[in-house]
Amino acid sequence: MPAEPQIDVPRHLFEAYERLAAGPTRPIAGGTDVMVAITGELAPIPERMLDLSRIDALRGIQLEAGSLVLGARTTYTEIRRSALCREHLPVLVEAAATIGAAQIQNRGTLGGNIANASPAGDMLPILLATDAAILVGGQRGEREIPAKDFFIAYRKTALAPDELILHVRFPLPPGREVRFRKVGTRRAQAISKVVMALAWEDFGSTGWQNVRVALGSVAATPIRARKTELILEGARPTPEAADLAAEILVRELNPIDDVRSTADYRRMVSARILHRLLREAGGW
Amino acid sequence: MPTRAFTSGVQTVERALVVDPGQRVPGRAAGFPLRREGPAKLTGAAKYTDDLVFPGAWHGITIRSTEAHAKLVAIELDPDVDWSKVVVATAADIPGDNVVASIKDDQPVLVPVGGVIRHHAEPVALLAAPDKETLRRLKGRIRLVTEPLPPVFDPEQSDHVFAKYEVTTGDLALGFAGADLIVEGTYRVGHQEQLYIENNAMIAVPGDDGGIVIHGSLQCPYYVHKALKRALRLTHVQARVIAEETGGGFGGKEEYPSMIALHASLLALKAKRPVRMIYERHEDISATTKRHPAIVRHRSGVTKDGVLVAQDVEVIMDGGAYCTLSPVVLSRGLLHAGGPYRCPNVRLRACATRTNTPPNGAFRGFGAPQTEFAAEMQLNRIAERLEMSPAELRRRNVYRLNDTTPTGQVLRESVAAEEVLEQALGASHFERIRERTARESAERGGSGTIPPGPLRSGDRRVANGIGLALGWHGAGFTGSGEVYIGSIASVELTADGRIRVLTANTEMGQGTKTVFPQMVAAELGVPSDWVEYAPQDTAEVPDSGPTVASRTVMVVGGLVIRAARRLKAAVEERNPGVPFHEAFRDDAKANGATRIDQKFEAYPGVVFDDATYVGDAYPAYGWAAAVASVEVDLDTAEVTVRDVIAVDDVGKVIHPVLCEGQVEGGTLQAVGYATLEEMKVRDGRYLNDRLATYLIPTAMDAPHIRTILVEAPFSGAPHGAKGVGELPMDVAAPAVIAAIHDATGVWIHDLPATPERILAAMHGDRGAPAA
Ligand SMILES: Cc1cc2nc3c(=O)[nH]c(=O)nc-3n(C[C@H](O)[C@H](O)[C@H](O)COP(=O)(O)OP(=O)(O)OC[C@H]3O[C@@H](n4cnc5c(N)ncnc54)[C@H](O)[C@@H]3O)c2cc1C
Repeated sequence: MPAEPQIDVPRHLFEAYERLAAGPTRPIAGGTDVMVAITGELAPIPERMLDLSRIDALRGIQLEAGSLVLGARTTYTEIRRSALCREHLPVLVEAAATIGAAQIQNRGTLGGNIANASPAGDMLPILLATDAAILVGGQRGEREIPAKDFFIAYRKTALAPDELILHVRFPLPPGREVRFRKVGTRRAQAISKVVMALAWEDFGSTGWQNVRVALGSVAATPIRARKTELILEGARPTPEAADLAAEILVRELNPIDDVRSTADYRRMVSARILHRLLREAGGW
Repeated sequence: MPTRAFTSGVQTVERALVVDPGQRVPGRAAGFPLRREGPAKLTGAAKYTDDLVFPGAWHGITIRSTEAHAKLVAIELDPDVDWSKVVVATAADIPGDNVVASIKDDQPVLVPVGGVIRHHAEPVALLAAPDKETLRRLKGRIRLVTEPLPPVFDPEQSDHVFAKYEVTTGDLALGFAGADLIVEGTYRVGHQEQLYIENNAMIAVPGDDGGIVIHGSLQCPYYVHKALKRALRLTHVQARVIAEETGGGFGGKEEYPSMIALHASLLALKAKRPVRMIYERHEDISATTKRHPAIVRHRSGVTKDGVLVAQDVEVIMDGGAYCTLSPVVLSRGLLHAGGPYRCPNVRLRACATRTNTPPNGAFRGFGAPQTEFAAEMQLNRIAERLEMSPAELRRRNVYRLNDTTPTGQVLRESVAAEEVLEQALGASHFERIRERTARESAERGGSGTIPPGPLRSGDRRVANGIGLALGWHGAGFTGSGEVYIGSIASVELTADGRIRVLTANTEMGQGTKTVFPQMVAAELGVPSDWVEYAPQDTAEVPDSGPTVASRTVMVVGGLVIRAARRLKAAVEERNPGVPFHEAFRDDAKANGATRIDQKFEAYPGVVFDDATYVGDAYPAYGWAAAVASVEVDLDTAEVTVRDVIAVDDVGKVIHPVLCEGQVEGGTLQAVGYATLEEMKVRDGRYLNDRLATYLIPTAMDAPHIRTILVEAPFSGAPHGAKGVGELPMDVAAPAVIAAIHDATGVWIHDLPATPERILAAMHGDRGAPAA
């Protein structure tokens, strides 16, 4: 008897919530993380799975009250093709284009990237840098979790086992800029060695405000580099500020050697790409 | 709410072939046949081993060691499992000798109880069941009881030598005494995985005669055949091996298929039914052979004019836990270690030792890419020290006609080293671009190097560089290898008037099935689709030797042409005045079948002494030059190989499209070797043994490759061809590293040149990091 999980394919959220409440059930969206774990025998085959593909409530990209809201089932291809994303948060489009390659972009979803919570998840630093909020729901109700509180430990999130990710809300404050840089091993199908999102608000006279420096692949979870953010808060992207920020970032990070890269490289390259982004922002 | 279940069954849909078999390649290669197996592969109709259906077949898996070195005390089967529903095989079930027949008989089919486990992922027991789920459930219920033994991982610390050679000529001390400059260098290369698209796969079908039929993905049907006879104690007829459609090999299906075929057979004999052993990628990478890691030390003496006067080279290869083909890999590595350069005083030394890591084996280039990388690094570094163009330094030393190699071989013909060099320099505008990149790095400040600080680069984000390498590749087997195996290839006119080519040489994407009929057709004066290529089934075809060493077109192709000529002569003699293409059908009706078996005969005048390593190490050499252009990101040290000009002398181009395909593929594989591919090993175990972690170049990483083919024919082969499969693999890696140096000012001595290594080297040159 082959071990085949039972798979439910609900059309409505309430049905999905029922299934989740009934006992351990593994959601599957694009399957690009789940299936790799199953076929690679990296995790046991789940007993029950919940296919999210038919739940329309999890789809769609909308503007809502000054925020860009993406359904958890939004694929990278949908992000790349979205006029709303391009207009209001082009960094999402830029990042989506670096994920895997066409096949993965067609299947992989934003919600999957978030729930999978790999420290190397490429979208996650953007969530941190933009103060995004993750809307989750279950039979017990819905709640919004700020991205900064979502990734609590290595591959552990604030999501309860009976909850689904429903939407991601990206606030769109005026005057905000976001930059993204991924350093992978090759030009496609590459897991990041370092991935960075940098955001700031610029109103001219006061220097940079609400600076966010978020990174992936340099710690057990995606992180914000708070000390570096502080250095840049109120500053302008001058050579001096860039040098100082790079130096602080190098001290702040504590990455590891692993099969993909070295701690030294990750630390140094994080500083260098931050420096480059600041140089580009400063136009020097 | 609808509920559905996974279906794991794969449906195979037969599709009609859309290409008319008589169709010719359009465009510049008009007149050359299309790839025979191409349409079926393109449409998905081609059947690889895993696509073959054998009713009632069971699935088999291998229980492997999890230690690098240990005594196997016992194999324990969990008493709570009903083992009568499945089949377990161990060394005790082997009817013949417990060895995988190869050069030395040191590798067991399965480690016996009481025996020694010598590497991680070594096969210890086998398990077969009607379905995969049972295997998944039961494999953890077989426990290996072991006693650890101290492992050896450093090949220089090993006291077990698989092979050792030395070649000397002239007087080394005298040579160095006359040198104006002495340059030393140590270069290291690691494992490389062949990464064929199709994983290893074998199906064993037991026969009524107590024998076994193997269907599998493999390069060398008669290697597997020999291994079956030995370990299963079968007669020549009882063992039968059929090479199925094979999705790439690159040397990786030269040795290990014998092991897998034996495993499948042991289970099939015990289960009395067909057994499928289809490897998953993870298992394939963790257990099967890789390119040998090597440490190469050079000491070279040159005059101030750039003339090489002394070369002292030491090569150490890590053979892994068993001998496999290491002695021959080492031998080729040694013979190519000096590079294609004249030098009067030379000492080349090489040894391969045993470590407690999975055995290494054949891989495109077979030892030469390792040592030629070192040789070209050395030459480029000498050029830098002499402040001489690397092109000019090569011009002054490169082999010319009638030069003598360190084994005393006089290069009497087919020497195109200068020509490939000049063509590559011309096509790439090498000197002009080098001037430009030198100017650019001077503008960046300093002596061609980069970073103003460890934490930031300068105002330029990228640096460009160009690099050159030259190489040679001994054509066919080393030394008296061909004479020793004495291949036979046949061409047959069947009684029903068909023309067939019979050889044991397999198609694995390189074009055997296309070019053999093409060559025979050309001799017989018939269209190439009139010529059939018999299946690579040991019950049907003669032993024409393995599909390795770039020997298929050169050596076996030569036999096939000679056989075709004899067939043509025989038919035309019986039908005076009628050309073969008009006569053969009636001739077959009247006279029945005519089969010509052509046996290899030594190339005239080619003599090599295997004991002293003196003489003609190879009947001829292919020559290659590569010029690589790279862009290095100065922030991250990421390297983009933008383009490679690859100039290869192959003796004679048989099929331009397939030939260029070999050059492009070999070049890309070398670019991966240079920049990306790194097998990380800890405690004798490969850490990145999955496709997610062992990375090779994607289409996005592939440079633009411009191939220029040169023809300096070899007179010993009727068509003049010298082989092409491995030659391009020898040169692109050092060209890329030279280009990285041109861009950044740092030499990366150890492959691959990862951004981690480049960045560290950039800072190593600048002292401790300080912002
Ligand atoms: C070849 C390849 C290349 C890749 N390249 C990249 C890359 O470049 N960058 C990168 O970041 N990732 C990459 N990935 C990883 C993966 O594609 C992404 O993480 C993707 O976003 C996962 O989305 P999915 O919909 O496929 O997730 P799934 O595999 O369906 O699910 C992943 C996890 O999230 C859970 N989940 C999914 N949706 C929800 C939901 N709505 N609510 C609650 N839980 C949910 C699942 O239960 C599971 O635990 C790659 C994967 C592969 C196979």
